[in-house]
Amino acid sequence: MLSLACETRVGAVDLALELEVAAGSCLALAGPSGAGKTSVLRAIAGLLRPAQGRVVCDGETWFDAAARIDVAPERRRCGYVFQDYALFGHLSAWRNVAYGLRDVPRARRRAEALALLERFGVAALADERPGRLSGGERQRVALARALAAQPRALLLDEPLAALDARSAASAGRELAGLLRELQVPAILVTHDFAEAALLGDAVAVLDAGRIMQRGSAAELAAAPASAFVADLTGAVVLRGRARRDAEGLTCVTLDGGGEVVALTPATGEVAVSVYPWEIALSPVGNASAGSARNRLEVEVLSVTELGNRVRVGLAAPQPLAAELTSASAARLGLVPGTRVVATWKAAATRVLPR
Amino acid sequence: MSRAAAVTSRRRPGWFPALLVLSLAAALTFLTLPIVAIFVHSSPRELLDSLGDPSSREALRLSLETTTIAVVVILLVGTPAAYLLATRTFRGHALVVTLLELPLVLPPAVAGIGLLAALGPNGLLGGALEDAGIQLVLQTAGVIVALIFVAAPFHVRAAQSAFAAVDPRWSEASRTLGAGEARTFARVAVPAALPGLGAGLALAWGRALGEFGATLMFAGSFRGITQTAPLAIYADFSTDFDGALALSAVLVAISAALLLSTKLLARDALARV
Repeated sequence: MLSLACETRVGAVDLALELEVAAGSCLALAGPSGAGKTSVLRAIAGLLRPAQGRVVCDGETWFDAAARIDVAPERRRCGYVFQDYALFGHLSAWRNVAYGLRDVPRARRRAEALALLERFGVAALADERPGRLSGGERQRVALARALAAQPRALLLDEPLAALDARSAASAGRELAGLLRELQVPAILVTHDFAEAALLGDAVAVLDAGRIMQRGSAAELAAAPASAFVADLTGAVVLRGRARRDAEGLTCVTLDGGGEVVALTPATGEVAVSVYPWEIALSPVGNASAGSARNRLEVEVLSVTELGNRVRVGLAAPQPLAAELTSASAARLGLVPGTRVVATWKAAATRVLPR
Repeated sequence: MSRAAAVTSRRRPGWFPALLVLSLAAALTFLTLPIVAIFVHSSPRELLDSLGDPSSREALRLSLETTTIAVVVILLVGTPAAYLLATRTFRGHALVVTLLELPLVLPPAVAGIGLLAALGPNGLLGGALEDAGIQLVLQTAGVIVALIFVAAPFHVRAAQSAFAAVDPRWSEASRTLGAGEARTFARVAVPAALPGLGAGLALAWGRALGEFGATLMFAGSFRGITQTAPLAIYADFSTDFDGALALSAVLVAISAALLLSTKLLARDALARV
């Protein structure tokens, strides 16, 4: 069990948060850059000294501002995978890994380092310097190095951000497998909600140094507590003014024009969120059928392929996006300039405080 | 008609590239001519003869000994000091850096006077040194002190920028991997900064080998005790110009060899780790 409570100022961010991670589970800290995510990891590893707070790992106090306890980073033994990995450029891959193997007799270090590199499938590169490795290979060496010293906790700072899309997908799957096997608490920092959902057992959304919401990724996506969380999870967020209509539904007049209906009771200034995959598009003049209560006539701005689906950017008073299968997009003949009607159900519309 | 057009459109070398080449040629000629002249004047035979001259041999030996000791001291004290300046910020940081660089711009005569005023018999610390039984003025130890004073800033400056160029996250990674500050310095910072440290060392050594003014004023020019090679050249040139030339040639060769080997060693060490 790893727990952190801290209150401190880092640059322009006031960090004030508490978190707990059980052994064998991974907490994903998601948030925009500048939210203080890396500072959280640094405070746990001992690379940053908070003004107030405590860090406790397995009942051992690593930091306690009140009791003036501050264990040095080298005695905390956190496996830390830095953003861009921070491999020692003057050492070969195996020596990078062996750097943390100080408890192992010198004669056995190379064998031990090779075994770790083998586990990540990069043993063949043991004698290469980091400068000659690809991003994905460096990430594996960095993971092997972080695990070599038998860390008491694993801290991962944007472990997939330095990789191109294809290697990020495979590295993500491998990392998820590793995190499932690992017996220590792990914290992963990412700006990408999809990555947090893939790798975290729980997700905490961080903004401006504070945790906005925490829960499973599915909970956060289904019931975002604020427009900020909804935006981070990938939802479209529209702003407007809510009132209760004659049917007892919540009717939101959007800033800039248009109206949408939701089931959640709310009044006053609100943000409305809807996921792009819940928005259907149909040709103008043929959209009156169907049960969806929300309909906006819009113009297609952009059509972007995302694997087997397409994301359609829509020009409405406020920007909107829909996701369809490639086949549907082709059938509708969507190109920039096409006018279509966007529809979605009242039940798929979340109303959030602003 | 079309032929005439083709001729006029052919590019002629402009005057500006010619000016650049001319400038380089002038600089190269002016800066290497004295060195070339030294070697032209003294035949290899004369070089060997000059090494046979005991006073020249003594001066060379003294130069090598004193510069080696000075460079070792500079390395042992200057390197950690440069590491501190490169990795930590504190109030007055810029001031400290400027103070350490000051000897670089001091005229050698001023450096000599300053050393006398500080460490001479009537200097600031003169009494304390005398009580401790340490004599510097007109002693070999005084030569070493003068060499350290003028040469150390070269190494500290180069080492500071070399350490500053090492990714600070390497040091942090080292700490999280169980290495304390001292081990991080020895295993990560120094190896990573090695080429820069080597360059700084070579600069300091070269400066120390050529040091003249401060040594003359602070330690004097006594054969076998404080007369280093540059001082011996100065002492000889009015009476034995050829001998002075020969000693100069040897000094140039030694300096060049030292610079080159220091740089190569640093590069090799980096390739090996």
